[in-house]
Amino acid sequence: MEGAWEIAFVFFQVWLSIVVGLIMLPAMFGVSLGFTDIYIKVLVKTLEWATLRIQRGQKEQAALPSQSANGIIEKDDGSMQEEIGELRRSHPKNLAGGDFTLCDAFYFCKKGIENIVEDQVTQRFTSEELASWNLLTRTNNNFCYISLRLTIIWGLGVFIRYCILLPLRITLAVIGLSWLVIGTILVGLLPSSNVKNWLSDLVHITCYRICARGLSATIRYHNKENRPKKGGICVANHTSPIDIVILANDGCYAMVGQVHGGLMGVLQRSIVRSCPHVWFERSEMKDRHAVAKRLKDHIADKTKLPILIFPEGTCINNTSVMMFKKGSFEIGGTIYPVAIKYDPQFGDAFWNSAKYNMVSYLLRMMTSWAIVCNVWYLPPMTRQDGEDAVQFANRVKSAIAHQGGLVDLSWDGGLKREKVKESLKEEQQKMYSSMIIGSDFNENVNTQQLH
Amino acid sequence: KKLNISHSQITRLYSRFHSLDKGENGALSREDFQRIPELAINPLGDRIINAFFPEGEDQVNFRGFMRTLAHFRPVEDNEKNKDLTSGEPLNSRTNKLHFAFQLYDLDRDDKISRDELLQVLRMMVGVNISDEQLGSIADRTIQEADTNGDMCISFSEFTKVLEKVDVEQKMSIRFLH
Repeated sequence: MEGAWEIAFVFFQVWLSIVVGLIMLPAMFGVSLGFTDIYIKVLVKTLEWATLRIQRGQKEQAALPSQSANGIIEKDDGSMQEEIGELRRSHPKNLAGGDFTLCDAFYFCKKGIENIVEDQVTQRFTSEELASWNLLTRTNNNFCYISLRLTIIWGLGVFIRYCILLPLRITLAVIGLSWLVIGTILVGLLPSSNVKNWLSDLVHITCYRICARGLSATIRYHNKENRPKKGGICVANHTSPIDIVILANDGCYAMVGQVHGGLMGVLQRSIVRSCPHVWFERSEMKDRHAVAKRLKDHIADKTKLPILIFPEGTCINNTSVMMFKKGSFEIGGTIYPVAIKYDPQFGDAFWNSAKYNMVSYLLRMMTSWAIVCNVWYLPPMTRQDGEDAVQFANRVKSAIAHQGGLVDLSWDGGLKREKVKESLKEEQQKMYSSMIIGSDFNENVNTQQLH
Repeated sequence: KKLNISHSQITRLYSRFHSLDKGENGALSREDFQRIPELAINPLGDRIINAFFPEGEDQVNFRGFMRTLAHFRPVEDNEKNKDLTSGEPLNSRTNKLHFAFQLYDLDRDDKISRDELLQVLRMMVGVNISDEQLGSIADRTIQEADTNGDMCISFSEFTKVLEKVDVEQKMSIRFLH
């Protein structure tokens, strides 16, 4: 019995020293030993091979084609006026424009049925479908048994991910977060000074780097010269809580958010000791002016770190950017837009909060192959004269969508949980009314003259 | 009844049906459809949703879902020459027109009365047109279409008025594959 415990203890020591030596220390100094790079290269080769096998297998079995990026049905891009105009042209009356005809309903009918088959909004709240299987059970939608070799590779993948990578990643996550809490509390004991700020930055970055290793994250940063500066607001598209780890690997930010309980609460309370973050009570969040004031005060102080905000307000599945809430754009100050695009082949980063809670989500992250993403820093933007907050927000959103190759939508991410506003329907009705009412008045005049 | 839809399209539509079915009970309710934002803001959204539900029912299963959508299959050339013993397909010109007719015919009595036309017009224009103007639009529409003088539009009168409209094109959904 004694012997078994000793062996287990030695095992544990070896394990820990491997983790510290090969992962933690390099992370602290920002040095990469290249293991992750090799891992990714091997993974890419394996997935390419798997894709070829699947395609070959699919041709033999005449299996189903996958969804293209353009969707599954053809859609006419015409406006309401163009489409209804076309419908009316074939009507015997051949009016100059305006007035009602029975075939007008065809336009609404077709649009409605198109949206029932495929719409632009609801698909953004579930994970993106992959063009070809990446050997994870969770993404296995339409792919059926192809060959023994593929199944063996898949089985090997399961073993590697769950028995080797998962324990490693959990260890790293635990170390990273504990170090964050301990480190920031220690730094918090120091009096305010430049040394304190420097140490705080060091602790933060180290811990986020360890956490990133804990996800096998490979991040490529582009245009580092546009990195957010102090006194500014960093704005990015939101896919998951991991976005924070991704961005904080390359810079220090002041976080903004609601006060939570539990483990999150512990993290929040400790990191705010070493440098100022902006945490709101739930009740404060409702008062928009109070929120704006606190943020304004923060950015006015040029010694404080740039604020990190996700204006969508909720997680979207990284295929599109949805409406940016105007609150962050009313504060003033310089906006530093950042676009984050994950590569879904290696792991789906989207947090579907309706389906998974935080813990199951993190476990799913840690049992994926890896998290691979690109981060683009865009040139800073400020509100121009004559532009209101909403227009400014849309301008920033377009820039981010364009850079990240994401679809630019004006739909509200809140539609994940809430119903659409009635006013949008009223807009449609108004638009249609103007197509009827225009020449109707003239028609009445003409018929009166005839009689 | 044969629906004549390809295997891959059925799979796509089943996947879509499943994603709309939040209650996961194999059937869709009206609320499930209302959850599609672009449909919820469609002025005729409620009428379109209603077309999926048979008289008096609140749930539609996958078969019913497919059956309704089958009206919107494009009319392929080679099918126009099919023999008539298999019965008129759901996506024929007549059946497409009938689908549109039923958008107006609220009580499903095969006639569009002035009152029904007014109600549907009101759905389409919201608050932007006065009752009088809407009334005169309805009157004129019925006047143009009504040939037998019963102040209602029957299905054959409806078909006659729209005989030049390219129904096959305008009431069809094409899959990209």
